[in-house]
Amino acid sequence: MDLYQELILEHSKRPVRAGLREPFDAEAHHVNPTCGDEVTLRVHVTGSGDEAVVEDISYDSMGCSISVASASILAEEVTGGTVAHARETVEAMRSMLTSKGEDPGDEEQIGDGVALAGVAKYPARVKCALLSWMAFTDALHQAEGAPQ
Amino acid sequence: MSAAPFTDEELARLRADFPILSRTVRGGHPLVYLDSGATSHKPRVVLDAERHFYEHTNAAVHRGAHQLSEEGTEAYENARETIARFIGAPASEIVFTRNATEALNLVAYAFSNGAHGGGGGHGDRFTLGPHDEVLITEMEHHANLVPWQEVCRRTGATLRWVPVTPDGRLDLTDLDALLTERTAVFAFTHVSNVLGTVNPVRELAERAHAVGALAVLDACQSVPHLPVDVHELGVDVLAYSGHKMFGPLGVGVLWARAELLDEMPVFLTGGSMIETVRMEGSTYAPAPQKFEAGVPVAAQAVGLAAACDYLTALGMDRVHAHEQMLTERLLRGLAERPWVTVLGPDDLRERGGAVAFVVDGVHAHDVGQVLDDSGVEVRVGHHCAWPLHRTLKVAASTRASFAAYTTPGEVDALLEALDRVPAMFGLEVPA
Repeated sequence: MDLYQELILEHSKRPVRAGLREPFDAEAHHVNPTCGDEVTLRVHVTGSGDEAVVEDISYDSMGCSISVASASILAEEVTGGTVAHARETVEAMRSMLTSKGEDPGDEEQIGDGVALAGVAKYPARVKCALLSWMAFTDALHQAEGAPQ
Repeated sequence: MSAAPFTDEELARLRADFPILSRTVRGGHPLVYLDSGATSHKPRVVLDAERHFYEHTNAAVHRGAHQLSEEGTEAYENARETIARFIGAPASEIVFTRNATEALNLVAYAFSNGAHGGGGGHGDRFTLGPHDEVLITEMEHHANLVPWQEVCRRTGATLRWVPVTPDGRLDLTDLDALLTERTAVFAFTHVSNVLGTVNPVRELAERAHAVGALAVLDACQSVPHLPVDVHELGVDVLAYSGHKMFGPLGVGVLWARAELLDEMPVFLTGGSMIETVRMEGSTYAPAPQKFEAGVPVAAQAVGLAAACDYLTALGMDRVHAHEQMLTERLLRGLAERPWVTVLGPDDLRERGGAVAFVVDGVHAHDVGQVLDDSGVEVRVGHHCAWPLHRTLKVAASTRASFAAYTTPGEVDALLEALDRVPAMFGLEVPA
């Protein structure tokens, strides 16, 4: 089974940047209603426009190895980069995960995220892998609406 | 009970009746289907009965006077007889719905329609208001929980619930305080769809009646698996689904005592359920027709009747004995694996054919995925009983559930596939 690559298990056991921290500009809570998995995710953004930078992503993820690993990969790949880069990364992840296996993922763009490519072949698990990315998109949207 | 589980020869014959059981999954693994609690497979006789209806007597039943309509109506009403007999009830007390969820909603809506003086009901049994209470339990499937939350919201009534003990039984310690003169309805499940717990239905129904409350039973996990007689159970209303008992999707059953159906306000309205219609208002047909708005699910009812005949021929006491044997085998196997925690009672006599468990430190989705990779299909998640999982402090669980066609070998296949889990997720397991 190519779903549980070593990299995924590693991320799920030792998630990067886990835990909820201050300061943050916005927080989102997303739930997977089929299994009850939950993620609470905070973003801290500085600067604005093209200069905006994702300073921190902190999260509390309660779920399966795929959803925890995915949150960890998100934090690893996106923290410290520009908001524009973050959006491209989210889009690349979404594209890979919803491709039913057609899109193997671009390692340049999503880094360890390519290890989740196998998830695309299991439609019931796509939501697990996307949960934290959706929460991030939501939190980012809120943060941009908030005064800097 | 002296009934015996099915022999290997009987099982082989029985399994040959279910076309889907011979397919393979996930790269050639034989299908090991342990999710019959979610939905069961269908024997060929059920598929044939449904097909026969469409090929020979298809009509909008209870409408029109042509020959097809007559024959279709007869097939539909004969199905009602068979399905009624299966649970020891007269046909006039059987209402067809789309599924058990709709049947339970029908009852819940009867209370709020009654509270507003609508729905053509009479008497004061089907009304709810701010001084009334609805009692449910913490182990309910969402289908017997959310409709009651909503009817309480609509009417101002208060929802209360019987808690669950850590070992998965109803905690009846404070039942006297929960079930009072204020309680209009006590709705509970016969067999928990997660824990397999068999609740003391008769006792609970008597307690409900002692305070003048109606006893509503979710029988989705009992009617398909053990002999059920509505009069022995002593409840007032009972709901179950067809597709969990070898019947087609799209048909559920509501049973209620005749005088209650008579008093009960209607839920869905429209064609077929009326007596007279004028622009100013309408009157409704007698039960059960007044609860069957729209063109009825006739082919599905005919299929479900064939499923009842099939189960009757197998013998419900033997189906029950068979599933008990499987449950015991699985519980024994899981007990040999200290890294697994079984939810629910450890006494077999208090259990139906569903076993939910947790692999300590591994999420149920991951457990299910490894099992699926070996062709073992189980349910993972909260099984539409989220509050129960919260109470048991479990985010999600893995559930194996059985039917008459389940073999001891399939239980062994589950255990064998389960043994791949610790190594895959790096659990420390004593050798």
